Amino acid sequence: MASTATTTMKTPGRFGIYGGRYVPETLMAALEELESAYDVAKRDKKFQEELKHLLKTYVGRPSPLFFAKRLTKHLGGAKIYLKREDLLHTGAHKINNSLGQALLARRMGKKRIIAETGAGQHGVATATVCALFGLECVVYMGTEDMRRQELNVFRMRLLGAEVRGVDAGQRTLKDAINEAMRDWVTNVRTSYYLLGSALGAHPYPTMVRDFQSVIGREARAQIMKAEGCLPNAVIACVGGGSNAIGIFHEFLKDKKVKLIGVEAGGRGFGLGEHAARFSGGVPGVLQGTYSYLLQDEAGQVASTHSISAGLDYPSIGPEHAELHDSGRAEYVCATDKEALAGLRLLSEMEGIIPALESAHAISEVTKRAPKMKKNDIVIVNVSGRGDKDIGILRENLQV
Amino acid sequence: MIKFKSHPGLVVYVTCGDPDLETTREVVIAAIDAGADVIELGVPFSDPVADGPVIQRASERAVKNGTSMRDVLRLAAEVRTARAEAGLIIFSYLNPILRFGVQQFASEAKRAGVDGVLVTDMTVEESHMYSAIMHSQSLATIFLAAPTSTDARLKIIAKASSGFIYAVSRTGVTGTKLQSDVKGDAQQLVRRLKKISKLPVAVGFGISSVEDFRAVGTYADAAVVGSAIVKIIEENSDSKQKAAAAVARWIRSLTSNKTAAKA
Repeated sequence: MASTATTTMKTPGRFGIYGGRYVPETLMAALEELESAYDVAKRDKKFQEELKHLLKTYVGRPSPLFFAKRLTKHLGGAKIYLKREDLLHTGAHKINNSLGQALLARRMGKKRIIAETGAGQHGVATATVCALFGLECVVYMGTEDMRRQELNVFRMRLLGAEVRGVDAGQRTLKDAINEAMRDWVTNVRTSYYLLGSALGAHPYPTMVRDFQSVIGREARAQIMKAEGCLPNAVIACVGGGSNAIGIFHEFLKDKKVKLIGVEAGGRGFGLGEHAARFSGGVPGVLQGTYSYLLQDEAGQVASTHSISAGLDYPSIGPEHAELHDSGRAEYVCATDKEALAGLRLLSEMEGIIPALESAHAISEVTKRAPKMKKNDIVIVNVSGRGDKDIGILRENLQV
Repeated sequence: MIKFKSHPGLVVYVTCGDPDLETTREVVIAAIDAGADVIELGVPFSDPVADGPVIQRASERAVKNGTSMRDVLRLAAEVRTARAEAGLIIFSYLNPILRFGVQQFASEAKRAGVDGVLVTDMTVEESHMYSAIMHSQSLATIFLAAPTSTDARLKIIAKASSGFIYAVSRTGVTGTKLQSDVKGDAQQLVRRLKKISKLPVAVGFGISSVEDFRAVGTYADAAVVGSAIVKIIEENSDSKQKAAAAVARWIRSLTSNKTAAKA
């Protein structure tokens, strides 16, 4: 098997056989420096206290856990709770990670921040924290994504970030990461790469998960308070997988809680028509990590499609690959059409317009809740709000 | 076979299948005849993160016309048949090798007459099984060393390497021009490597002129030229004879200075 030819299992940052560190040598010293800086910061009370304080006073945590009464009644099955990451400052869960990493970058004495963005939410969150700390910020974004998320491009520029369009490949998230990595490899001595998802070379998948796991910690305590018991299932959309791993992580030990990740089913089953890595992918290495990867028979990375820029990526965070193989989490898809329907339903039933990414998770709950018992409980992570998607929604929905 | 016959030695990189495999073969044979000691047969990849615009474009063209690992290995066998002595290396990102199967890749590369393998995104930490498989087929494992590599890392890199060590001249992607302030980076790196290893050291990334080539000759065993060659091929893509002749001419302009470089 391919995997056994490259992994020794002893290397750091492994999730089962997945993860690891596959980058040009020039970046290795920077990854080692980052790993040790993060190890120290993680155990430093002052660092954690400042992070906690800013999450509360600047980001607006804890985010509410909201009982979606009308949606529950409409679907006629399990009780549905929504984890409202969409209410955070900048409109998505991305800021949890951007803030944590920016604090780390400042601590490491790095003054220039590089980031990539797909939907623009991570770019906006990073531009925001850079403004907050007075750091220089360069965001790479595929020109196709700039077109479909133009509001976020404007927001980043308003916040003082430089947005650099990437015209290579499919002009989406993957291509933006390539270009961000090229910038980093060139300016590695002075710049900090603030990666936005639980992807990439070690320590990113672990570090991003740690910064996002606040979602699950809050959700678990909130549901215990509201219902006095754990949920039967937790549902989240999965692009790179940071909001999903963020809400899943605290529940991993609760074996009875089903964890369900929802990938982008796009507009069809053919390679290039979706971003469903687990049904269409084969393990491989892209952008520093070993995980499921949509690729052709020659090992060239396949193109992907999703109506949501944030899910439009050919690989998936390595921890999800391990959760998939071990069976601890289940991964399903929602198509573009199903996501649009989910978005519309949540808007009309609860007055919440979710991001198109999060709408994939909503779609899954509409399929699953009716089959569950009335006293069953489901938590859905509403990872972001839909304001950024209004342009696409106007093209795709009649109101 | 990997051997630098004169000083400084010359390593030539090409992106296989750009604009087509026929051209690559003509160019490679012409490069060997013009004085290249080692040829790096580049396997095109959809996401070449370590490469600058020139090799990115070449890679994109080669991927588009369907150039696969199997094609590159077939090309290697043809070159080996035509030129028995030249050093032949497969230069790839990891994923095309993983997809081909590491074991199968190693045995087919050996059968094709390949001498060694360099995987851009294979770090020494992750390389134990990979190296064992390559070595079982007597393939050299060439690793990158960078100006940012710590001394501790350089030691591991030197130990894991065979054939030669590829010293990256500066932080950055392939093909960006060398600047005078970073020339010290490369020289210092080679000096650090020489202290811990007896392997030859080849310097690459941004070597694009006779002056660069000569300068590298004053402190390293060999120079790698990649983007400069790929650019010549790009500019002469309408005819394989023209491309081969232009590459050979450029290489001769470098190698005619070899004696001067040594002095």
